[in-house]
Amino acid sequence: MSTTTVAHHDEHADHPTGIMRWLTTTNHKDIGTMYLTFALIMFLVGGAMILGIRAELFQPGLQLMKPDFFNQLIGVHALVMIFAALMPAATGFANWMIPLQIGAPDMALPRLNNWGFWLLPPSAILLTLPFTLALFGIGDGALATGWTFYPPLSVQGGIGVDFAIFAVHLLGISSVLGSINIIVTLFNMRAPGMTLMKMPMFAWGWLITAFLLIATIPVLAGAVTMLLTDRHFGTHFFDAAGGGDPILFQHLFWFFGHPEVYILLLPVWGFIPQILQTFSRKPMYGYKAQVYAFWGIGALSVVVWAHHFFTAGLPVPALLYFMYSTMAISLPLAVLFFCWIKTMWKGSMSFETPMLFTVGWIILFGIGGLTGLVLADVAADAQYHNSYFVVAHFHYTLFAGGIMGIMAGVYYWLPKMTGHMYNEKLGKLHFWLTAISFNLTFIPQFFLGLAGMPRRIPDYALQFAEFNMISSIAAFVLGLSQLLFVYNVISTIRGGQKATDKVWEGAEGLEWTLPSPPPYHSFTEQPVVK
Amino acid sequence: MVTESNENEISLTERRNLANKKLGLKMLWIVAGSLVFAFALVPLYDVLCAMTGLNGKTVTSASATSSNKVDTTRWVTVQFTSSVMPGLGWNFYPKQSSIKVRPGQVETVLFEAKNITSQVVAGQAIPSVTPGQAAAHLQKIECFCFQRQELKPGETKVMPLRFFVSRDLPEDVKEMTLSYSFFSAKEKE
Repeated sequence: MSTTTVAHHDEHADHPTGIMRWLTTTNHKDIGTMYLTFALIMFLVGGAMILGIRAELFQPGLQLMKPDFFNQLIGVHALVMIFAALMPAATGFANWMIPLQIGAPDMALPRLNNWGFWLLPPSAILLTLPFTLALFGIGDGALATGWTFYPPLSVQGGIGVDFAIFAVHLLGISSVLGSINIIVTLFNMRAPGMTLMKMPMFAWGWLITAFLLIATIPVLAGAVTMLLTDRHFGTHFFDAAGGGDPILFQHLFWFFGHPEVYILLLPVWGFIPQILQTFSRKPMYGYKAQVYAFWGIGALSVVVWAHHFFTAGLPVPALLYFMYSTMAISLPLAVLFFCWIKTMWKGSMSFETPMLFTVGWIILFGIGGLTGLVLADVAADAQYHNSYFVVAHFHYTLFAGGIMGIMAGVYYWLPKMTGHMYNEKLGKLHFWLTAISFNLTFIPQFFLGLAGMPRRIPDYALQFAEFNMISSIAAFVLGLSQLLFVYNVISTIRGGQKATDKVWEGAEGLEWTLPSPPPYHSFTEQPVVK
Repeated sequence: MVTESNENEISLTERRNLANKKLGLKMLWIVAGSLVFAFALVPLYDVLCAMTGLNGKTVTSASATSSNKVDTTRWVTVQFTSSVMPGLGWNFYPKQSSIKVRPGQVETVLFEAKNITSQVVAGQAIPSVTPGQAAAHLQKIECFCFQRQELKPGETKVMPLRFFVSRDLPEDVKEMTLSYSFFSAKEKE
């Protein structure tokens, strides 16, 4: 975004211009914009990596790359998408929208906020630098273990593992700072009269996300630190020869890793009811039930981690416990689905792009949730573990459930942020291309997984050729149609039809009482909520 | 933007900034707590494994000789497998693939290791028992896995294991597998 287009909206703002504005800013809207821009760039970077993978998998045999490079692309794709695209996008929305939604002048700890963002670009560089270094003959490329860093492979791996460990440290510090800021903002900065049980769902989603982050990110940081000392300082946390245990790493990693799934999803679950009530033109159904369901899911998410490695040899009582507790998560989640559907029920609905993304999201995320129940079954998981069924499942939850939800939010709030309406026709085209090509990419992968195709392997048996070809072609359509989104967002920032203050006919909430775009300093006098 | 007319406003803002800092620092305690928890999980995990035999971890020190009577009502088959981890230039295998034992009866089995390199090499054997619930019931009296083994170039060594299966082994366990992995015991440079 060019600084001039934003700056001229608000003559009274006294802040440095040019690059110094962005380096030193403590304004929540500026920082939110930087988070969202960073997330969009890294989304394209991670997408380019996976298109390399799909190109290699277009046909059986090895055509384009060596297996080692294939493994590097897979691991870095996942880390980039999770830590550098989805999480910053959610944090960007938190920065932009939480102060506007709760009637606060800014985030509670603005300087911390600036730090939280500026740790991200260095960590993205750390993560991808080994690719470049390998071109000059330094090291053997990036992390090639998959994003999960399992030892003993990660203990034996090259310098890419060290780079990734330090990148995770920085990304972790950034998330923890961002989370502390959000918790303090939500507890201390709400407008008079806005009790916790009057907060918008997005604020609730983030409050629980933030608590999950500060409770679990340090466990990941600890686990990768142990990995680092195993690699270089002769400790034996995960080295069986010295009395350690590689399975211990899986416990530590997934103690963080499973809550991480809900960290990625809870902010989006906050968008959904708000968008639904806007375009159904009636109040959301079951606000309290949704808040309690959020708490229930947040609490359950930290006690189910071992379902990620059922096949590692756990005793039967542990298998049963983790199976039942995992399946129990579907109960609060079903409450949420019920509330979402009931919000639309008998509403006077209209289908602008945000609503299309939201309704599509409900269906696709539902598929992701139901296939998760299949994987939670210990007996079935023995067959599906590490197969393409798992890959398809978590892309239904994280691409449909995460990215498409974020896109619904972008289309919903972009007119508020920029003061311009986006191109509706292009938005709808983007939705249909995304929804169709997404399904064509991942439905074949369910069948590939059922037929026994393992994940993270660059070559495959001949009987998998057709489905992989369909999946690869659809993946390229999916990837290229995101360029429509990029074009639409950029042209909306630069101009377009003026947006009204309320933007949407059925919009409710404090952010819609401000002009579009909101002034640089908003709610300097806090509104009173009845 | 700040004028003298709203001095109250300033002190209000300052008070709020102070409260924000306080709450932020409190949150840092949660972060510190979960970092400590991560490292505390390491010993906790070992204690849990020792208690439940999870991951097939067996007792790592010698047990006293079985003083109990031998249970002559049932047989248990104990199978032996072996592997050598990368970085150790040895051949290593059990001299017998399986034996039938009576619970409580002390048995001796032999394993053979050969150094096929031209250097003196030390290795450490790590045992593991499947199924996990049987791990705690396999009692070793004497084992080459209790200390590092050193072999001269080309040397072959026959190593004994004396063990018994305890009498309180659950009735439904009729077979168990004892696996040894030999790791290079060279200190990291």
